[in-house]
Amino acid sequence: MIGKVRFGEGLLICMCFAVLFAVPVLAAEQEEGVKKAGPSFWDQFGPLDIHGFYEVRGGYRLQNDRYEKDMSVMETRLQLELSTYNDWADFKYKGDVYGDLAQEEGFYETRETWMFIRPTDYMDVKIGRQILTWGTGDLLFINDLFPKDWQSFFIGRDAEYLKAPSDAAKVSLFSDLANLDIVYTPQFDSDRYITGEYISYWNAALGRTAGQDAKVHTDKPDQWFHDDEIALRLYKNINNNEFAIYGYRGFWKSPAGMNAAGKAIFPDLSVYGASVRGNVGKGIGHAEIGYYQSRDDEGGKNPMINNSEMRYLVGYKQDIGTDFTAGVQYYVEQLLQYDQYKKNPGSVRDEYRHVVTLRLTKLLMNQNLTLSFFGYYSPSDKDAYLRPHVQYKASDNLALEMGSNIFFGDYPNTFFGQFRDNTNLYTAVRYSF
Amino acid sequence: MKTTIITLFSILLSLAGSARAAEEPIPSVDEIVNKANIMAYYQGQDGKSKVSMKITDKNDNVRTREFIILRKNEEKGGDQKYFVYFLQPPDVRKMVFMVHKHVAADRDDDRWLYLPSLDLVNRIAASDKRTSFVGSDFLYEDVSGRSLDEDTHELIDTTEDLFVVKNVPKKPETVEFAYFNVAIDRKTYMPMKMEYFDKDNKLYRVIESKKVEPIKAKEGEQEVEYPTVTESVVKDLRTGSTTEMTFSKVQYNIGIKDDIFTERYLRRPPREAMR
Repeated sequence: MIGKVRFGEGLLICMCFAVLFAVPVLAAEQEEGVKKAGPSFWDQFGPLDIHGFYEVRGGYRLQNDRYEKDMSVMETRLQLELSTYNDWADFKYKGDVYGDLAQEEGFYETRETWMFIRPTDYMDVKIGRQILTWGTGDLLFINDLFPKDWQSFFIGRDAEYLKAPSDAAKVSLFSDLANLDIVYTPQFDSDRYITGEYISYWNAALGRTAGQDAKVHTDKPDQWFHDDEIALRLYKNINNNEFAIYGYRGFWKSPAGMNAAGKAIFPDLSVYGASVRGNVGKGIGHAEIGYYQSRDDEGGKNPMINNSEMRYLVGYKQDIGTDFTAGVQYYVEQLLQYDQYKKNPGSVRDEYRHVVTLRLTKLLMNQNLTLSFFGYYSPSDKDAYLRPHVQYKASDNLALEMGSNIFFGDYPNTFFGQFRDNTNLYTAVRYSF
Repeated sequence: MKTTIITLFSILLSLAGSARAAEEPIPSVDEIVNKANIMAYYQGQDGKSKVSMKITDKNDNVRTREFIILRKNEEKGGDQKYFVYFLQPPDVRKMVFMVHKHVAADRDDDRWLYLPSLDLVNRIAASDKRTSFVGSDFLYEDVSGRSLDEDTHELIDTTEDLFVVKNVPKKPETVEFAYFNVAIDRKTYMPMKMEYFDKDNKLYRVIESKKVEPIKAKEGEQEVEYPTVTESVVKDLRTGSTTEMTFSKVQYNIGIKDDIFTERYLRRPPREAMR
């Protein structure tokens, strides 16, 4: 979904932006003439709202990585957001152009282009490219099977980029009994998983860490209306305790198996789950559960396809001082049909993967300075991923930030341990308008 | 002669009238604080306003905040719901902050924050209400009100125009002030000035209502006017920071539906909240 841009295309995109800017201006200029000629197409729309930011971001690895550049992220980015409305709908476009020095290429990406309508009192519809999120986890996802961009997350792009867009239709139905969200994605939107391009990773086939020398090649389901996804959420708020049950039918979002040709595949997956969130004591508590049914290998006999899993999460957060919040979570992944799995040569996973997370956020200087820390630690994998971050808002428009992605691990093949050569430090300046 | 008597009589009468106003029985302190609380936070069944904040620090750095706020009363003087849609600055634009305010002493408010760039509905722990609202010198409690049950109230002064009420917290360890005095307009019951004192009896924080305007509204078929604070200023004497808050496009009793204050509208705000 991210287009690589060569010079000519870059020019084209700049022209597109210019046209987008020019349209309302032209419309305004024509208005005088149009009034006499009758209503113009543009008259139905409210004023065009134009916003966005310009950002420069750079980061380096803090150690040598045999398979990647020292530069972990180096980019300048312009995001434009246009929104308007007419009598019956809201419209939004959000797109990024960025020059990536780490890959020595230019890119364009449409982050959002959607139309929103509220056709009746009990229905909302949003169609187009959109960011979608639900579930209760903090940077842990069980029933949120919308695409994530792990690459952006690990190299230190803004948190906004952890969520990759979906090309989907979301229909929401509301009643006193309960509310229902239905998200239909006609063509599978995978995660932006680790490919070796930006981040080195454990390559099981090679039995070693790999990166740009062995980029992941995939065979991705991509037939429209055949390789589709459907996600449901039925939810109800009872006395401000938020209950939800979820269903998903689609594919593993990141590669979860290998085909005969040695390409990474996205086997069929269904997920059934539930969550609850509400006030507990002085803070907010949440719990979530999900059954991951790996439909192409339910018996767990195929060593080339991920087994089914159970996933469990509990969490709690509360204020621990003035503008100081702490949150903890405990998360478990249970590999099902573990006895079958264990028979496979080269099986390395434990039956249970335990993960503890801690989030600390402190605001200072009239909330203009944010110190934050998020850490994952797995006592079973003996690995950790820490995300310290500092942001200072120098003015209403200008923000400076610095952060780090720190990976530890006793073993080269665990979930976070495999990324230990990617530990990086980054800094960014953003001007928002 | 006759005219003189009549004139004298009418002068006497008017004097008696004004004397009566001054000697009018002074309401109980509970009645005063209840009326003032309703004037400040509960007028009408619901309300909408555009709010601009100008935060000026001691070095004259200025930050601005702009948002639209919708409010609905569950009950006068009781629970309320708030919906805040941010317009400025750019990094918080389109974020939505929602509060279900509970006045019961044993129940914290429920707060949500919606981040549109992540489509994320975040639930916020709300045990500490005396923290800054959006980085300004106003605190959450200044914006949505402080439960009357949390303080003891004493009428310490009555002037021609004002009642002055001293408020002492029942749980001093939960707040940063030792007490605060509120000057309340005797005619409208509008709180005009609030002064916060620390343990050493030193004034460190002042909130003033700078402008009160009558806003026309309807109560059923009846035309009414609600006196409304349209400009207020808070000064933090310790940090030297000042926040001016201006209310515009104020409307009352516009029929805000209850379900506006649910996840549906948090994710996609109603049109009346956005413009």
